[in-house]
Amino acid sequence: MSELSGLLAIWEREFRVFLREKSRIFASLLSPLMWLFIFGGGVGSALSTSSFNYQTFIYPGIIVMSCLFTSIFYGAYVIWDKRLDFLKEVIVSPLSRTTIFFGKALGGVTDAIIQASVLVLLGPIFGVHYGWFLIPLYAVLFIMITGLVSIGLIIGSLMESPEGFGLITSLINFPLFFLSGALFPLDNLPSWLKGITLMNPVTYGVDAVRSLMLGTSTFGLFKDVLVLIAFAVIIVVIGAWTFSKMKV
Amino acid sequence: MLIEIKSLTKKYNSFVAADHINLSIKSGEIFGLLGPNGAGKTTTLMMLSTLLKPTTGTAIVNGFDIIKEPSQVRKSIGMVFQEPSSDELLTGYENLKLHTMMFGVPANLREQRIKEGLELVGLTAEKNQLVKKYSGGMRRRLELARGLSHHPKIIFLDEPTLGLDPNAREQIWAYIKKLVKKENVTIIITTHYMDEADRLCDRIAIIDRGKIVAIDSPENLKRKIGGDIIQLKFKGERNLNSLKKLKFVKKIDKFENGAALTVSDASKHLQEILKVIGTVESVEMRTPTLNDVFLHYTGKEYHQNGESPEGGFFEKAMTYRARSK
Repeated sequence: MSELSGLLAIWEREFRVFLREKSRIFASLLSPLMWLFIFGGGVGSALSTSSFNYQTFIYPGIIVMSCLFTSIFYGAYVIWDKRLDFLKEVIVSPLSRTTIFFGKALGGVTDAIIQASVLVLLGPIFGVHYGWFLIPLYAVLFIMITGLVSIGLIIGSLMESPEGFGLITSLINFPLFFLSGALFPLDNLPSWLKGITLMNPVTYGVDAVRSLMLGTSTFGLFKDVLVLIAFAVIIVVIGAWTFSKMKV
Repeated sequence: MLIEIKSLTKKYNSFVAADHINLSIKSGEIFGLLGPNGAGKTTTLMMLSTLLKPTTGTAIVNGFDIIKEPSQVRKSIGMVFQEPSSDELLTGYENLKLHTMMFGVPANLREQRIKEGLELVGLTAEKNQLVKKYSGGMRRRLELARGLSHHPKIIFLDEPTLGLDPNAREQIWAYIKKLVKKENVTIIITTHYMDEADRLCDRIAIIDRGKIVAIDSPENLKRKIGGDIIQLKFKGERNLNSLKKLKFVKKIDKFENGAALTVSDASKHLQEILKVIGTVESVEMRTPTLNDVFLHYTGKEYHQNGESPEGGFFEKAMTYRARSK
């Protein structure tokens, strides 16, 4: 019972801090909007994919990108907690490290879901009409973000400096994004490139979101969700384990 | 015994931060760990609060083994860290609420505990301000209130007045004393301020280079020196050996341009000492302070450095040189 209230406490703290850092919310929305309207508008005017306008095609991919960047970046806050010595205050509490990990992860999932929701609101611009699909959509986002936030937390728990964190995560973020099919269809890729994208968990997130929003899918929603669940479970287990080993 | 420290040791490669520390601390006392920076005080506290694993040895805190039952130990203690560890983007109240939730204070008692804590440290009026707007002293007081809010049996205070101005220090001391009177807690405090240890603590352990060199009440420690201190300043070399023949001179510590003598019945024997040593530049006679106690047990002058907890670069370089000599 006290573990549960501790988990809620950590989650609540992350949420309050998130709401108080307005510039952080604003800045992290700017990048997906630029991708959508500038990149999408520009490239879209030069080519057309089979049945969709290019902007519409990348729209689900950009939602996933926003989730990806926000989630991974969230791990940096672990480093700030170390720097501010706030982490010591959390670690010296009777809570288990697993609870601390889940509290933190839940905080990150909340942040990313809120930002994704802002982008989901743009749906009508791209011809997406809301309906029951929103429920499975949020379930898919939740599972995928849980895995991605955990990656961020793992890196954050292992590193000491925000600069190092930035360097490592940019090495992870961009391959995960570019090799996910967010910006191009996977069907006609050369086989080496397709092989790499198939190993990227984000690919299945993009495919699932695209399938729910636009009704087109490469792998089928069922397979997407299975892969995402497996991904999230594995990373969460690793994350909880690294937190238990984390030094302050 | 509320805390029983058994041969607690922490090694970092070849550097021994805490060297076979043995201590027993009774319930209800204010116990001080006194020593210069880098003596191993914080390391000891970190091990007692289960944040750091000992290399060898262990300790029993409130009946729980720090290695085998860390979670139970953490439930029994409240910790106020040397560095500020509250969240700046939360208000004072929110920091306290977060703490009570993490430390398992039942929901129906939380508001009461937070209110009590804020009142004790005089922050009720500022409770809804963000912590980043607090002064250093206010922040320390908030963290003091936070450390108490789950009603621990034992409170660890790591350098509670480090970096605070004299006014804020007096306030913190007053709060600590008030606290002991009001709640029945045991307090372990680390400090490198002699006056702080002298004013607050029932008993003191003097630590130097990871080892405990003396344990007793401040009064007894000073009494054990066995006399008053006569501090002499002079230029050039003097024959101090002739002083050793005088039986009321208990101890001679030689410095550059002077010496400190421990003398029984100093006022009576001052004349005689000056006769032996000749003309001096100045004479100072006083009852011993903890400073003299430290000198007595370690043979070193006490250097306190209030600027930074680790000591500045220069000081580190100097201690490094001193160590390698």
